[in-house]
Amino acid sequence: MSKFSTLLKQLPVTAFVGLLLTTTFIIMAVFAPWLAPYSMSESVGEMWLGPSADFWLGTDNLGRDLLSRLIYGARTTMTIAALATALAFSLGSILGILAAVYGGWVDQLISRGVDILMSIPTLIFALVILSVMPSTILMLILIMGVLDSTRVFRISRAVAVDINVMDFVEAARLRGEGKRWIIFREILPNALTPLVAELGLRFIFAVLFLSSLSFLGLGVQPPEADWGSMVRENRQGIVFGVPAALIPAGAIALLAISVNLVADWILRRTTDLKGGRSG
Amino acid sequence: MADTLLDIRNLKIEATTYPPGEPPQDITIVEGINLTLERGKVMGLIGESGAGKSTIGLSPAGYGRGGVRLTGGEVLINGRDVLKEGPAGLRNLRGKAVCYVAQSAAAAFNPAQKLMEQVIETTLLHKLAKRPEAEARAVELFRQLGLPDPEHFGDRYPHQVSGGQLQRAMTAMALCPQPDLIIFDEPTTALDVTTQIDVLAAIKHAIKTTGVGALYITHDLAVVAQVADDIMVLRHGKMVELGSAQQIIAEPKEAYTQALVSVRSIEHSAKAPTETPLLSVDNISAAYSNNAQNVLNSINLALSPGQTLAVVGESGSGKSTLARVITGLLPPNQGQILFDGQPLPAALKARDKETLRELQMIYQMADVAMNPRHTVGTIIGRPLTFYFGLSGKVRHQRVLELLEETELDASYIDRYPAELSGGQKQRVCIARALAANPKLIICDEVTSALDPLVADGILKLLLRLQARENVAYLFITHDLATVKAIADSIAVMHQGNVVRYGTRSEVLSPPFDDYTQTLLASVPQMKIGWLEEAIQTRSTT
Repeated sequence: MSKFSTLLKQLPVTAFVGLLLTTTFIIMAVFAPWLAPYSMSESVGEMWLGPSADFWLGTDNLGRDLLSRLIYGARTTMTIAALATALAFSLGSILGILAAVYGGWVDQLISRGVDILMSIPTLIFALVILSVMPSTILMLILIMGVLDSTRVFRISRAVAVDINVMDFVEAARLRGEGKRWIIFREILPNALTPLVAELGLRFIFAVLFLSSLSFLGLGVQPPEADWGSMVRENRQGIVFGVPAALIPAGAIALLAISVNLVADWILRRTTDLKGGRSG
Repeated sequence: MADTLLDIRNLKIEATTYPPGEPPQDITIVEGINLTLERGKVMGLIGESGAGKSTIGLSPAGYGRGGVRLTGGEVLINGRDVLKEGPAGLRNLRGKAVCYVAQSAAAAFNPAQKLMEQVIETTLLHKLAKRPEAEARAVELFRQLGLPDPEHFGDRYPHQVSGGQLQRAMTAMALCPQPDLIIFDEPTTALDVTTQIDVLAAIKHAIKTTGVGALYITHDLAVVAQVADDIMVLRHGKMVELGSAQQIIAEPKEAYTQALVSVRSIEHSAKAPTETPLLSVDNISAAYSNNAQNVLNSINLALSPGQTLAVVGESGSGKSTLARVITGLLPPNQGQILFDGQPLPAALKARDKETLRELQMIYQMADVAMNPRHTVGTIIGRPLTFYFGLSGKVRHQRVLELLEETELDASYIDRYPAELSGGQKQRVCIARALAANPKLIICDEVTSALDPLVADGILKLLLRLQARENVAYLFITHDLATVKAIADSIAVMHQGNVVRYGTRSEVLSPPFDDYTQTLLASVPQMKIGWLEEAIQTRSTT
């Protein structure tokens, strides 16, 4: 407990704000059915009503409660983004370390494959695949995860190449250790710090990417609520001076900033301590 | 009373540490230092790492490295207190009155600029001379420092000259603005002994002719005795002893100084080689790529069981490459290695687990030879599980035994490498090698990153373990003092060839070949005037 309280005391204001907002968003996502005042897909009033005591944020283009949709949307957006990031990380980091440890043609094969994937703009690539395949949530996670894993691969390979030539890895090799021990016990624990710092950043990119896809109509499909599609549904309102589209857009921006603040803080903490790898 | 250049009074230096999970703490690094230096004199600051010698050495420049603060006392240069100077005053002081020569010249030079530009930069910056005048002065300094072709030396880039020449160029850089005081921070530590002697002689000559005052920081007492008039011995940020170089070497008063003077006096009677060697290297040649020049040329060596073969040579002599060939990391392009009577497969992958177990290795840099994310228990325990299948209590018990054998406390078992000192880390590496119960341990410069007293302890430990476990060492080093202390037989390597090989007494007694002669004559001795003698002998032969 004392360790926790000193940690809290050293917490910079920015990190505190970031943690607070991120936690709020996570609570919203987890307890959505209990927090939302109305159902997600039910019309409960006139279309595009302004904020009132009944509808705190007003209603959307079909008369559904915006606040409820925002809360449910947090769940969809964050779940898909989190799962896609998790997939990107497991895939990218393991392939990256594999490429570094094996070297030679294995490295060439994986690295050139990644180069090909990266040479096509991500959004266009995702649009092409999604226009052929059904836009299910699983498909979204898979596509986003695989595309994002190319970025993680680059970082983890670079980190692992450095670690791979260190004496302790050579010592393990001289002992006769197999590749599994070298990857999971020698290299991975030492590559984790930079990778975890990258995790927060990649999560934000996933949120933004999903929102763009949904805005273009190829992401999460109605009546499911998701912040990107909410912007899309209410965008016509802007012409009539209805701010309904700006609210989910603001939520996206706020989430991006708050997670970024936390990621920055972690990054600074891990680079601050010179012996940081000891723990 | 002679002309006092530098007067340090009751100096106190502090720093703030940030232990993870705890509030920041102020710690005192240096306390109660008093020192006076006259113009034209050299003061040697000596101590092991963490003694505060560099921190004190940098104080006349009013500089604290990495968050270090000069908090108390006075540092007077020509009567002015450096600690009271503002940024403008310090700028005026640095490079004009005080110059600095760093340890690693290779890292201190800008690789994209010619040497001349960098040597005269400070002089021009402080408007101490016009460009032609400064260049003329630099050429004169190049000549004084014995650099080849002084007129055109400045036209070269840092990568076009050798390490020893670069170190001399940095000395020229410091002398060029004609400062009152130069701080030499371990200027020869990164150099080979045969190069060190030239640089030392050049530095000494330059100090004498220019009449500059100098602080000479080093951990090597034999080196500082050659250049310094007075020596201050430091430990844990406090002064241990201050005296003339003669007095410190001949009659040290404090116990710590006595230990420093008598370091490397290990006595070890060499054993005669046995009939059947444990390891025999037959006609091995190796190169780093197919059509590159050979790094090793037809090497023949033999090592008897339970004995020590020291492979000695300067950087680039191929001694570490030999270790890589024996361990299987670099398959040779010619010859074979017999281990225990059996031919050793050239490639690491072709060797069976038993062979790998019998041949262990200890590295120079203990901190990178251990996974920073593993505890000491895992590091030592892993070979036990891997080779002998030990686990649970049995393994724990054996790890404790190994810790005890290497004179480490049992409580270290749960620590991480970052929580150990340099000497303790090397002991853990020794314990890891021993855990495999090997017949041969390759020791690659295992003591060269350690302070003399700590290195001494490690060498004694290795000898004790050899007597008990009957393990053979292939001891790779550049340090002849270490070789004399522990070797049974010696191989001297030079440019990929073994130039001299035999038992210790054969190799170390005359008649010598030219290279071994130079090498032996270049090892600094704890004796005033050794440098002049060595230079003298060298020029006559």
